[in-house]
Amino acid sequence: MVREEALWKALETVTDPEIPSLSVVEMGMIKRVEAEGREVRVEVRPTFVGCPALDIIRRDIHGALSAVEGVQSVEIRFVHDPPWSPEEISPTGKEKLRQFGIAPPVSCSGDAPLTQVDEVPPCPYCGSTDTHMENLFGPTACRFICYCNGCQQPFEAMKSLR
Amino acid sequence: MANVDRGALVALLYQMADDELIVGHRDCEWLGLAPHLEEDVAFSSIAQDEVGHAVNLYQLLQDLGEGRVDDLAYGRPPERYLNAVLLERPNGKGTYMDNPQFDWAYTVVRRLVYDVFDGVRLAVAAQSAYTPLADLAARMRREERYHLLHHVTWFKRLATGTEESRSRILNAVEKVWPDLPGLFVLGEAGPGAHFPASSADLLSQFEAELKPLFQEVGIPWREISLNQEIAENGRLGIHSPDLRTLLTTMGEVRFQEPEAVAW
Repeated sequence: MVREEALWKALETVTDPEIPSLSVVEMGMIKRVEAEGREVRVEVRPTFVGCPALDIIRRDIHGALSAVEGVQSVEIRFVHDPPWSPEEISPTGKEKLRQFGIAPPVSCSGDAPLTQVDEVPPCPYCGSTDTHMENLFGPTACRFICYCNGCQQPFEAMKSLR
Repeated sequence: MANVDRGALVALLYQMADDELIVGHRDCEWLGLAPHLEEDVAFSSIAQDEVGHAVNLYQLLQDLGEGRVDDLAYGRPPERYLNAVLLERPNGKGTYMDNPQFDWAYTVVRRLVYDVFDGVRLAVAAQSAYTPLADLAARMRREERYHLLHHVTWFKRLATGTEESRSRILNAVEKVWPDLPGLFVLGEAGPGAHFPASSADLLSQFEAELKPLFQEVGIPWREISLNQEIAENGRLGIHSPDLRTLLTTMGEVRFQEPEAVAW
């Protein structure tokens, strides 16, 4: 009998290679994991459609779950209903993002106009709200670049995908 | 997918996937050449999104038995690609490797009209009776919003900037417009339960969204007619010679070792 708790624990060791301080669990990417006998099934919600890290994440999830005692097979399904949203990132996850230098997304209303810019979040380093956007895009699909006028540092923020 | 016409669905997926892949490749060609460093970052990210969207759309085709994703992306002759010809046009004179004198204003206008069109198309696809497409379209839409926002910003800035930037935008509009009707051709792809809108529906929504922007910056709007003859009709597999060149460049590494599993 495989314990579900052990599976979640294993998943907590898997990280997004582009944000290595955060586990896929804290990212809110794991919708469900369950064991039937020695067979494990896990449902994963991909973040961005074109995220190049997905294959690596899939491989790492497979590796981590296979190593749990009693597990014989692992089936990974990517699911989209409902799609992942940055709102799913856990409170601990948001704190870790901040420590990594990426401001978590600001909570947002669902029906923002198509041409409205993301709200610029407070600086992850000094907490100042005197910040502005530098670039709507960034080093990965899910991030954009901001600047803090308070501590005069550039920083990254996660897109809200509203 | 009981009430979905498989042939029409497959044609639609090819159109969408090929549009994203081809425009994504053209975007890649700006790498290192964009007007400034921030734009290099932005355009690389946009290109990555588009190619990623294409991969996911080809995956839907693979699931429908059309072949492997990589073969669909690289292994077809030009006449099997159903992208609109607008998206295969070069970014400008020269090539990436040889004296590139690309036209940024053309890229901005092309991307603007494509992003508006793509937003309209994705809104319809999100209503598809074929759930895998509806789900994917809904997710792509959230990301395309950033592209549209970016190109609207550029368009406004250049159209209201200096005399030179404005005249470049006007020239670009002139160059893009003849290729616009080709975007709206659905050919075998619709309409139906898989995609509940006609070409005329797409066009009227497109005009409703883009016309106000042109008015705002004082660029004259030109009417778009769907009744004219389209010589290079990409949706029917009739392309310009530029597509063959693009595919040769894009597939250069793969063609050296088609059976390799990774490079």
